[in-house]
Amino acid sequence: MGDILSLIAKRLGLGLITLLVISIIIFFMVELLPGDIAQAVLGQGATEENLAALREQMGLNKPAVVRYLEWLAGAVRLDFGSSVVTGEPVTQAIGDRFINTLFLAAYAAVIAVPFAITLGVLVALLRNTVFDRVANVTTLTAISSPEFFLGYILILFFSVRWGMFPAISSLSPGMSFGELLERTFLPALTLVLVVTAHMMRMTRAAIINLLASPYIEMARLKGTPPWRVIVKHALPNAWAPIINVVALNLAYLITGVVLVEVVFVYPGIGQALVDAVSKRDFPIVQACCLIFAATFILLNLAADVGSILTNPRLRHPK
Amino acid sequence: MAFVVGYYALLVIASCAAAYFNQRKLFLMLFSLTLVSFVLGIVGGVPALRAVTIFAGLLAFAGAVSYAFREFLIAMSGEELAKELRTAPLTAAFGMFVIFTYAIAGIFAPWIAPYGEAEIISTAFAPADENMLLGADQLGRDMFSRIIYGARNTVGLALTATVSAFVIGATAGLLAATKGGWFDQFMGRVADVIMSIPSLIFALLMLSIFGPEIHVIIIAVAIIYAPRVFRLTRAVAGNVVVMDYIEAARLRGEGTGYLIRREILPNSTAPLVAEFGLEFCFVFLLIAGLSFLGLGIQPPTADWGSMVRENATLISFGDITPLIPAAAIALLTVAVNFVVDWMLFRSSGLKEQ
Repeated sequence: MGDILSLIAKRLGLGLITLLVISIIIFFMVELLPGDIAQAVLGQGATEENLAALREQMGLNKPAVVRYLEWLAGAVRLDFGSSVVTGEPVTQAIGDRFINTLFLAAYAAVIAVPFAITLGVLVALLRNTVFDRVANVTTLTAISSPEFFLGYILILFFSVRWGMFPAISSLSPGMSFGELLERTFLPALTLVLVVTAHMMRMTRAAIINLLASPYIEMARLKGTPPWRVIVKHALPNAWAPIINVVALNLAYLITGVVLVEVVFVYPGIGQALVDAVSKRDFPIVQACCLIFAATFILLNLAADVGSILTNPRLRHPK
Repeated sequence: MAFVVGYYALLVIASCAAAYFNQRKLFLMLFSLTLVSFVLGIVGGVPALRAVTIFAGLLAFAGAVSYAFREFLIAMSGEELAKELRTAPLTAAFGMFVIFTYAIAGIFAPWIAPYGEAEIISTAFAPADENMLLGADQLGRDMFSRIIYGARNTVGLALTATVSAFVIGATAGLLAATKGGWFDQFMGRVADVIMSIPSLIFALLMLSIFGPEIHVIIIAVAIIYAPRVFRLTRAVAGNVVVMDYIEAARLRGEGTGYLIRREILPNSTAPLVAEFGLEFCFVFLLIAGLSFLGLGIQPPTADWGSMVRENATLISFGDITPLIPAAAIALLTVAVNFVVDWMLFRSSGLKEQ
C-alpha cells in the first residue's frame, strides 16, 4: 500500500508543478501586452490622470514578480482581485457561474458515461458488422461537427419545430430541480452527443486491443462461453483504459462547455470567459483560464491515478 | 398512400433480389430496414418514411458519386497510384471528392460566386429568389457567395495555421530525436506544459491579449498544436534513429541536416501525412469555434464560423440557412477524417483483426 501512496503523491506533486508553471504563463502573458493593462483597458483616448489612477488601483506600479506572488497568494484563497470593467470582485462574478458549469458538465457526464461505455463495448463485440460500420461513421460525424452545429440542430428540431425544450437556458434561483433539468436539457444533450462519440471510439479501440491479446485467445480455445470471456477475462484488464477514457473525456467536457454555453446563452463560466475576452477584462480572463486549466490537470491526474490503482503492473514499474 | 405502397414494394422487391443473388449483407440490411420501417411508419407516419427515403437516396447518391470519383482517379493516375487507389474504401473516395470540391471552390471563389463577399445587394435577411440562391444575410449580402468565399478564407486560414504548427512541431521533433540529450528533455517538458492547458482556453487567452488579428490566430494555433506534432514526430523518428543504417550514416560522418532529410524523413512520411490530416481537423474546428465566438477572421471577410453566429436568429424561425456554413465545416472535417482513416489503415500496423 505504501508505494501506491508514494506513487500517487508523486503524480500529485507533478500536477502541482505543472499548475504552477501554467499560472506563471497565464500571468506573465498579460505582461506581454503592448503598453500595459491600464492602457489596454482604457484605450487610446485615456488621459494621463485616468491611467495613473487605474495603475494605482490595480497596483501596476509594483514590479511584476511581486504582483504575480500577490495574485498567486490570492488565487490560493480563491480571491482573484476585481474586474477592471465593473469593479466587482472576480470571485463574486464567476462563483455562481462556475457552479452552473459544473452542474451542466455533471448532467452531461451522468448520461454520457454509462451510455458510451455500454455502446463502446457492444460495438467492439460486434466489430466489422454493419452495426459497427454505421456506429463508426456516425460517431466520426459527431466528432467532426463543431459543437455549435450540433447545438443549433438540436434547437431547430427540439425547440423550434417540436417545441419540446426551451432554446435558451435561463436559470433563475428557486427553480425546482425538475425544471432545472428541463431547461438545461438541450445544452447537456449537445455535450452528451460529442462526448459519447469520443468515448465510444476510445472504448472500442481499448477493448479490441485487449481482445487481440493471447490470453483471451486461450480462454476462447479452452471453450469458455463468450460472455464469461468478457466478464471474467477482458473486463478486469479493461478498467484501466476505460477509466482513462472517461477522465480524458470529462476533461474535454470542461472545454467543450464554452461553445455550448454561448449557443444556449447558459449562465456559466465559459460564457463569462468569452465576454471577458471581448471586453479585455484581464482579471476575469486570468481567473477563468486558471480554473479551466486546474480542472483539466485534475482530471488528467485522476486518469493517471485511476489507471495505477486498477493495473497492478503500473504499480511496480521495472 | 401510393407513396407508402411504393415504398414497401420497392424495399421488398430489392430484398428479394438481394436474397436471390446471394448478397447476404445487402439482404439483411434491406430487410431489417423493411421491418424497422413498420415501426417507424406506425410511430411517425408518412413523413418519417419520407425522411428515410430522402436519407437513403442521399446516401446512395453520395455512394455513386464516390464510386465514380474513385474510378475517375484510377483512370487518371499512373500504374502505381492506381493500384493504391483501388484499395480505397468508398468513404475515403467520398472524402477525396469533398476535399477536391472545396479546393475548387476556394481557389476559384471570385469566378464561382455571383457577388462579392462584402457586397450589399439586398435587404437584411431577404429570402431566396432567382438572384440569390440562399437568400441574404443580416446585412443583405448574398449568403451563397459568402459561403463560397468562406471556403477560401476559413480553410485557407486553417491550412496556413496547420502548416505552421506542423513545420515547428516536426522540426523540433526530428531534432529532438536525432540530437537527444538536454534538447530532447527540454522540448519534452515544454510540450507537456503546453498540452496541459485546454486548447480553446489557451487560444482565448492569447487572443484576449494580442487581439483577434489573423497573424495572432496563426501563431496561437501553431503554439497550441505544435506539441502534438512534436510528440508524434519524436516517437516515429525515435524508432527510425535506432536503425543500423542511421548508425552507418553517422559513422560516414554525415551531419544532422543530412540525417534528417535523407534518412529519417523518407522513412517516417506515412504516419506524418496522416497526422497532418488529423491535425488539420483539430485546427479547423478550433478556428471555427474561435470565429463562432467572434474572435476569428474579422468582418467583412466571409468566414463560416462567424456566419453561423451572425445569422443564428434565423434558426428560431425554423430557417436552416445559418446551419449551411456549420454543415460545410462538419463535412470537410468528416471528409478529411475518412481519408486519414484509410491512410492510417494502409500505412501502419493499425489493421484491426
